[in-house]
Amino acid sequence: MPALTDGKKTGGSFLYDRGFRSLAYQILLGVFLAFLAWTLYSNVNENLSRQGIATGWDFLQTSAGFDIGESVIAYSAADTYGRALVVGGLNTIRVAFFGIIFATILGVFMGIARVSGNWLLSNLASMYVETCRNVPVVLHVIFWGTVIHLLPQPRQAIIPFEGVFIMNRGVVMPFPVYDPAYPWVGAALAAGLVGVFFFSRWARRKRELTGKYIATFWPGLGVIFVPALVVWVAFGAPLVWDVPALKGFNFKGGLQMSPEFFALLVGITVYTGAFIAEIVRSGIQSVPSGQIEAARAIGLRSGFIMRYITMPQALRVIVPPTASQYLSLTKNSSLGVLIGYPDLVNIGNTTLNQTGQAVEAIAIMMLVYLTISIFISTFMNVYNRLVAIEER
Amino acid sequence: MAELASRTVPAAPRDGIMAGESPPAPKRTPPPPTVRVPVLRWIKENLANSPLNVVVTVVCLIGLYFAVPAFVEWGILEAVFTAESHEDCRAASGACWAVIAEKHRPMFFGVYPFEEHWRLILALILYLGAIGVTMMPRFWSYRILAPLWLFTLAATLTLLWGGFMGLVEVDTSQWGGLPLTMVLFSGTLVIGFPLAIFLALGRRSTMPAVKATCVIFIECLRGVPLITILFVAVNVFPLFLPRGLEFDKLLRVMVGMAIFFACYEAEVIRGGLQAISRGQYEAAESMGLGYWQTMTRIILPQALRICLPGIVNHIIAAFKNTSFVLIIGMFDMLTATTSVMQDPVWRRFTIEAYLCVGFIYFIFCYALSKYSHQVERWLNEGKRF
Repeated sequence: MPALTDGKKTGGSFLYDRGFRSLAYQILLGVFLAFLAWTLYSNVNENLSRQGIATGWDFLQTSAGFDIGESVIAYSAADTYGRALVVGGLNTIRVAFFGIIFATILGVFMGIARVSGNWLLSNLASMYVETCRNVPVVLHVIFWGTVIHLLPQPRQAIIPFEGVFIMNRGVVMPFPVYDPAYPWVGAALAAGLVGVFFFSRWARRKRELTGKYIATFWPGLGVIFVPALVVWVAFGAPLVWDVPALKGFNFKGGLQMSPEFFALLVGITVYTGAFIAEIVRSGIQSVPSGQIEAARAIGLRSGFIMRYITMPQALRVIVPPTASQYLSLTKNSSLGVLIGYPDLVNIGNTTLNQTGQAVEAIAIMMLVYLTISIFISTFMNVYNRLVAIEER
Repeated sequence: MAELASRTVPAAPRDGIMAGESPPAPKRTPPPPTVRVPVLRWIKENLANSPLNVVVTVVCLIGLYFAVPAFVEWGILEAVFTAESHEDCRAASGACWAVIAEKHRPMFFGVYPFEEHWRLILALILYLGAIGVTMMPRFWSYRILAPLWLFTLAATLTLLWGGFMGLVEVDTSQWGGLPLTMVLFSGTLVIGFPLAIFLALGRRSTMPAVKATCVIFIECLRGVPLITILFVAVNVFPLFLPRGLEFDKLLRVMVGMAIFFACYEAEVIRGGLQAISRGQYEAAESMGLGYWQTMTRIILPQALRICLPGIVNHIIAAFKNTSFVLIIGMFDMLTATTSVMQDPVWRRFTIEAYLCVGFIYFIFCYALSKYSHQVERWLNEGKRF
């Protein structure tokens, strides 16, 4: 502590001086790290040259020669390793994106169900949470990977809703056929989202200045959807569903999900949903019941209490751990390699095995995941700042 | 005034008996109407206390009506528990639990030589016994636990390895099943936990170089999936070593898992360290304690107690994470099950085998989390707030 030594010599040998010791330790650490890095680097170089493996990134330009089952962008076996890795990265982002959305919905629902006053519902929800989070995510993924292959053939597909088919070749469902009007409708929707942001800010400022409460929920929904609806109707309300149909042994048309994608998505969603449910439950329970009683005592309606009393306080507890759940979901999407989903790790692993460029291939995987992690945590930090307590 | 006070602040009504003169009884309001039958009252209060809840209950019941009978029929009524051959299972429409009886040896013990399985059983009994002893608070002392675990780990490892006293030597590449899961788990904790403490202390250090090193190390490793770290341990680490020097694959994987575990645990411990007030450090310093004395005797005992729930969560995660070795082809319980179920005859009944393995993981993790709640209760017994 500075108060005790104050940087001055306290007598005795300089070996007992804190400043000197701390400097010496840090120099030692630096020397050690530099030595370690140099040794490792020279060992790797020596080992690789002995095995006849060229280092460097040239392999990214050579033809990959393997096919990839599903891809967001155009890809063929003649394309380069670089493009194959991009395909893998996009597949990772795709499954993580939908996984985060569905896990959030599932987790929030189950978390609220766990604290509900309904005995049956809360017990069913805790059964879900306890069974799913106490089983490894690896098992979740290969379990669903196995289940989907035990499903019936396309001819006997399970039809939970009209037009949706679940079978061992994956899941297909109807999807709207593209129409030139849709980009405009999307633009109107985006404009509505921007509009609702300003609308709610205006309403809040008005409330804070005048004390007059302006309902924002239904008008807000109107601000979001009405422009899009108007644009859509102005274009003549185009809507043609591309309904999947059985042709030969397989379904054609509609939105198709491969069995691997579906199994991986279900596995990581069900697993992460259980953790998010626990976080949501603890967040809701962290709001002291006195807050809600006080709000009732001054005559606030229950929707208002939820929106302005419970949620702001619960979100502060919920957001940070949920962010780390999103991160772990993204990292767990790498388990696609187990069931043959062509994600980044799967394609990186194939690249590694074909070229022998272990260091480079693994470095690419790690860097991509690090980038995704940094992106998600930055986004969630910004959101966290929005919901955090505004202190003096 | 005195009368008012005695009315508004009655003497503490303990057990419904008031001391001294009781204040004038307030006018009795009629009790709220209650349903006489206890079961009906319970239903009314817990399942149907609002119109929304009635709807929710009905929806849940409809769901259960479809799910439960189907599951009971598949899992119990139509299931085959003992089978002469796979034909019995094929004939039945339900689950084939007989597959577990058929395949339990390779599922739980992997590719370990068949005649030597008794060694694994003995090792598991020793290991579980040591866990049982550790769970009892009366044995919580370094003098008991340290020798116990040194003995247990040494004994189980020698049993697995063999190579003396007439025991056949078994290479680590042949270790498998539940014992391998346990070895990986204990290795992760034994290597990872001290490392986590060092990383947490390093991240709180006042020396900028130490702090920066720890921050970069922790954040980089937390940002990548465990799979990539295992790939490094298997594929890249051998390249780091000079020619002729080799480490066992099991050891490499264990160290990789331990480092991954340590980075997460370090963050939890850091949270505990941050919760210790400055006064504790200052008091320790004024007593003349050095850095390590302050940490080991004053700060860490309190910090670890504070963050116990988080620590246990990551220990449970470490146990579940042992299953990641499936990707790099080590025969832990899950990998062994997966490869056993490649058997074309029994392949149709993979789900049953996975459910069994999942049940074992569940039992362990659930017991550990329930036990940690109990420990928290014990630790907080002395606290009034």
